[in-house]
Amino acid sequence: MTGGPVVVGAAWVFGDDINTDVMAPGLYFKSSMAEMARHCLEAVNPEFASSVKPGDIVVAGRNFGIGSAREQAAMAFQYLGVGAILAQSFGRIFYRNSINFGIPTLVFNEVESIEAGDSLMVDAASGAVTNRTRGVEGQAAPLSGHLLTLVRAGGLMPYLHGRLAAGE
Amino acid sequence: MTEPLAQTLAQKIIARASGTASVAPGEIVTCAVDLALLLDSGGPRRIWPRLKELGTGVWDPEKIVLATDHFTPAVDAQSAAILKLTREFADAFGIKRFYDMQGIGHVLLAEKGLLRPGMFACGGDSHSSMGGAFGCLMMGFGAIEMTGVVVTGEIWLQVPETIRVGWHGEFASGVMAKDVMLKLCRELGMQNANRVIEFHGDTVSAMSMGERGVLCNMSAELGAETGVVAADEKTAAALALASGQGGTGAECDVAAWQSDHGAQVAATYEFSAPDLLPQVAAPHSPANSADVDVFEGKHIDQAYIGACVGAKLEDLRSVAEILKGRRIASGTRLLIAPASQAVLQAATADGSIQAIADAGAYLLPIGCGACAALGAGILAEHEVCISSTNRNFQGRMGANSAEVYLASPYTVAASAVAGRIADPRELLQ
Repeated sequence: MTGGPVVVGAAWVFGDDINTDVMAPGLYFKSSMAEMARHCLEAVNPEFASSVKPGDIVVAGRNFGIGSAREQAAMAFQYLGVGAILAQSFGRIFYRNSINFGIPTLVFNEVESIEAGDSLMVDAASGAVTNRTRGVEGQAAPLSGHLLTLVRAGGLMPYLHGRLAAGE
Repeated sequence: MTEPLAQTLAQKIIARASGTASVAPGEIVTCAVDLALLLDSGGPRRIWPRLKELGTGVWDPEKIVLATDHFTPAVDAQSAAILKLTREFADAFGIKRFYDMQGIGHVLLAEKGLLRPGMFACGGDSHSSMGGAFGCLMMGFGAIEMTGVVVTGEIWLQVPETIRVGWHGEFASGVMAKDVMLKLCRELGMQNANRVIEFHGDTVSAMSMGERGVLCNMSAELGAETGVVAADEKTAAALALASGQGGTGAECDVAAWQSDHGAQVAATYEFSAPDLLPQVAAPHSPANSADVDVFEGKHIDQAYIGACVGAKLEDLRSVAEILKGRRIASGTRLLIAPASQAVLQAATADGSIQAIADAGAYLLPIGCGACAALGAGILAEHEVCISSTNRNFQGRMGANSAEVYLASPYTVAASAVAGRIADPRELLQ
């Protein structure tokens, strides 16, 4: 299946069990999204929030986003312009939030072949993951059905706009 | 006519909510939501601007329950504004079940008798799983997804597998449901997405509704879709009691909402309750748990009793049982944030609060408090805390270098008395 979205960016690599509280620390809950995003993942990589570029791709191990329902965890990535998130597995609410903010969020087992800074190309619909730095092709579980519809729409809000406009 | 397929309780509830006779794990379905819990944290302040953007309202104010608990009481201009907006939302949309500063939403649902066996409920907070104590399926979602729920009354689900976890026999003195969950975080791990944990066994049957709530609450720490305990006579009695106190008084069909005999499950675990020792989870994960003796003697700066999972009536009574006639160690502070007004009233009436105050504990406002670094009682750099809450992720209760150990209310209270992590059994003999 084709039709994207296709994302190209540099990899930021994280380990297992990265939780929502380090993505969006409770201490900044009352602050603006800009302030919250500045502290995204600072406990595990203080460089990330200040250096990540729009389109860059977050790569992680198992259980990425375990923990809280706080949508700010996924919103921080959206705010920072993260193009896609690949992980071996996800915390369930984080995964749903991330899709609902229109971020291509894919289960990808071969994350160990990726190193920080590698240039990646990810096709959400086909699940193709190309490591352009190493010339390696990988296969993530493609997004399909309703999840692909949400990501293509740009997230739940644009999707609901369309649904309400259609009188459903 | 063919024999209907044997279904787990979770499958039966999802099938009913999605309007079909049966569902299979892995299937994607759209469910009608029977009840939506919104809190001040991820509720109106995040949902209302989106409703305005969409130019629409809520699908059914009768099915929405709203509570203020994360930012109560207001401590600065921002929290005051969040609470004000939450009150205005309740007024604007005619939310009758609005509980303002009465306690933590998950605990109020139980107290008010708003959950029924067989219901499908959603909450805008990960610990919404706590509702499963009443034999319903209640799941936590983010505010963006709860926006979709309040607009459409629907949500999509991938039908989860069920894992059955059985506990058998009586706990030793000083052991409670919290110890069960800290052990399960270690044994089952925290990666159980697309699974529902169904708890059963005579240990679970003997538990109060509040203790069953602990099992379901911390199913969130297992990473599960949710946790559930099938209804029994105790469930029905609790709902009947709540309905006499302003609950809905609706019927409670215990027999209909059970897993079928022979229903397929992904895994089964059986544990012996008498063998369970008090558990402690070290920083920075609930899965870093071990028997209490591994950590005994570790100096603590703060002991904290709070949150949906750890400041219910059972919890305050356990704390009082330990503290009665004792003092908190000098150099240590014990902070207590009761889970609800009703908990505070009952714990006052039965003398628990007296014992707690006499021991030198510091009583905090009702609400979520320091559990998520939102209220009073947060930690400074390098401080060590033992807490009856459900999560000890890095920075969760304050500074990134603070260390949070998780334990039962018994163990937290015993540690406050000792000034170091301590085994509660020594004080209960």
